[in-house]
Amino acid sequence: MNDTTAVATNTASAAPTHAEAALLPPVDVFEDAGGITLYADLPGVSKDKLHIEIDADTLTIEGEARLDLPGDLEASHAEITVPRYRRVFALSRELDTEKVSAEMHQGVLKLRLPKAAHAQPRKIEVRG
Amino acid sequence: MSLSLFSRGTLSRDMFSDLERLRRELQQTFGDGPSIRGLARGGFPALNIGSTPQAIEIFAYAPGLDPASIEVNLERGTLTVAGERASALPEGDEKAVVHINERFAGRFRRAVSLPEGIDPEAVSADYRDGVLHVSVKRLAEAQPRRIAVQ
Repeated sequence: MNDTTAVATNTASAAPTHAEAALLPPVDVFEDAGGITLYADLPGVSKDKLHIEIDADTLTIEGEARLDLPGDLEASHAEITVPRYRRVFALSRELDTEKVSAEMHQGVLKLRLPKAAHAQPRKIEVRG
Repeated sequence: MSLSLFSRGTLSRDMFSDLERLRRELQQTFGDGPSIRGLARGGFPALNIGSTPQAIEIFAYAPGLDPASIEVNLERGTLTVAGERASALPEGDEKAVVHINERFAGRFRRAVSLPEGIDPEAVSADYRDGVLHVSVKRLAEAQPRRIAVQ
């Protein structure tokens, strides 16, 4: 556990075993009547290195952090040792996965997962 | 961070303190003894630091900030990065339910003690994709030089 681990080097030639290692990004998730909003911290990930996938009831967020590092950089202290993030969530049925929208701004992903129209709360008028 | 009324809170805190002690012991065993201004791990933003013969490069993983609001200061060999990050959670919406709240919110400040021989006038900082990169050049006389043998 010394600190000479490379500062998140992201060469494409990384060993396949390393390709599987990923950090778990912190998220905020909240729900309102219309759906679920998720924010994820993915510092270093640009829009084109972000991969969001919804497969059946599973949401996968993956991103690759890229930094412009000088070639002769020698790391002396590294808290982020893996240049990759991955997090998987199980989705519930009432979310309309066709209408998911995503925005990426300065390393923060905002995902909006609206509820299907039939799952939104409705107020039932009582007549009489 | 709210503390759970149940034992889970205490249990996980104990586990983390055990892990932290283990990490410190490993650090002592394998060299890398902390300096008097040792850099604490954890906290926001996460820091990676490296050096080249010409400069010290500091990367602060601080996503979601307005670059104009980030305060970067260099004073007597100590670089500080400070600022504030607003919470993304809805306030005032009584019907909203928070399911997960892990992201940092509030004021932050981290300090890095720089080695001798840096040029306080030659500091540059840029912010891209949520990563702040501060580059501090070494003084010309502190840079390694190759001496030509006559």
